[in-house]
Amino acid sequence: MRDFAYARAGTAESAAGALADPRTSVIAGGTELLNWFRLGIADADRVVDIGGLGALRGITQDGDELRIGALATLNEIGEHPLVIRTAGALASACLQAASAQIRNRATIGGNVLQRTRCPYFRAEEPLPWPCNKRDPGSGCASLAGRHERQAIVGWTRDCVAVQPSDPAVALAVLDAQADVLGPAGPRTIPMREFHLTQREAAEAGQPMRETRLEPGELITGYRLPASSDGQAYVKIRERASYEYAIVSAAAAVRLEGGPRRRRQGTARIAAARVALGSVAQRPWRLAAAEAELPGTPLAREALIPVIEQAMADAAPLPQNGFKVLMARNAAVRALLAAGGAR
Amino acid sequence: MTIDFARRVPVTLRINGRDLTTVVSPRTTLLDWLRDDIGLTGVKKGCNEGACGTCTVLVDGRRMNGCLTLVVQCEGRSVTTVEGLAGAGGQLHPVQQAFADHDAFQCGYCTPGQLMSAVACIAEGHATDDASVREWMSGNICRCSAYPQITAAVLAAAREAADSREGR
Repeated sequence: MRDFAYARAGTAESAAGALADPRTSVIAGGTELLNWFRLGIADADRVVDIGGLGALRGITQDGDELRIGALATLNEIGEHPLVIRTAGALASACLQAASAQIRNRATIGGNVLQRTRCPYFRAEEPLPWPCNKRDPGSGCASLAGRHERQAIVGWTRDCVAVQPSDPAVALAVLDAQADVLGPAGPRTIPMREFHLTQREAAEAGQPMRETRLEPGELITGYRLPASSDGQAYVKIRERASYEYAIVSAAAAVRLEGGPRRRRQGTARIAAARVALGSVAQRPWRLAAAEAELPGTPLAREALIPVIEQAMADAAPLPQNGFKVLMARNAAVRALLAAGGAR
Repeated sequence: MTIDFARRVPVTLRINGRDLTTVVSPRTTLLDWLRDDIGLTGVKKGCNEGACGTCTVLVDGRRMNGCLTLVVQCEGRSVTTVEGLAGAGGQLHPVQQAFADHDAFQCGYCTPGQLMSAVACIAEGHATDDASVREWMSGNICRCSAYPQITAAVLAAAREAADSREGR
């Protein structure tokens, strides 16, 4: 593994200060950073450890707001009664991510900053093929080669990778805000805008940029509205457990009327939020569907055309057309599950 | 508020009940250090990237991948490896005995990680039925595919632990 110098941060402010030097990386759980060092994806000379910062821990409710510290682990979040009750899609997404032992180390601050699982990107240096993320200007081996698992929306000819985080999809659908600390002081970033598609990054003149986090900024935690909406996170993968998603979907649903109509199977949606994961370099919130869903019966036949309409922008690659149908079905299943349908 | 970075870092931690102080290069993983410096070769190096689970150890009672943990991140912590499971007279830990009783291995390479993960899985309360054990043990790969026997062993050890708690 790459050699580096190490220090433990005493405060979040001093950690953020150390990050002002671009040769410095932050470590919390380390489940991503250590593999980046092994593969040559990261080239930091100094690592500042924020793992001991108690101020970045903890899961609390403050009025209508759920607060999750950046150092909360995926297992802590997934099994926390407050999260299960008021942000069930996030709890479920956390517990469907990685494995039990990785979830004891991986933090929610680092999780959304994980890089793509594209196998061309995740190869050991020296890279035997082009990859614009690893070597800007070299090209995209995946576009010319295998790309079954890659994006169906927002990609460019420079890069077709997807963002693999499960919790990020739930954070986007639940309208979470990330609290970040940087050289310019603290600010917040809405999680539905946190990640950038390749097209959005290119339009901003930084084609390889992946998030709105600025250099030197540190995620300190998240705030999200505690919600009584029914919620679900559906993850489609090749193994039953411990596998990245082919596609995933998070949904939050409020129904018209009471549980009686639900039992009779005549429930209608009052309001719904839905987002897809692993279809783009960001969670894909289906805003057009959310505008159409109020008044729609909570039934598969009624939901399919609404989701299809909202996904009309999908532009699959030659090998991944199946992901469009799979994502549609995941969104429908997530809405049904969130609404309590059997 | 400047931070001093170091290339050699002193660390004090407890390994299987024994307190140790060492000085490491920050990039040293818990896995490599346990095997190469401490001689605890029960912890196995499989994939070295968090995919196989055979390096699973307990840190303050929680299961973690030794290959994804730096020694410098273990300051003040208590680490348990498979060598720390058996009793003083060499008497097998109940989970080890259950693995032997249920033939829960073939080649044995993944077994130390499976055992550590199983001890934690039971303590967490996740060893309730077949589906829950399979889900919560999914981070430990067994290429011999002894999964049915591993699942049975974990459930049997969990039952035994519950019985002894209730004094049966």
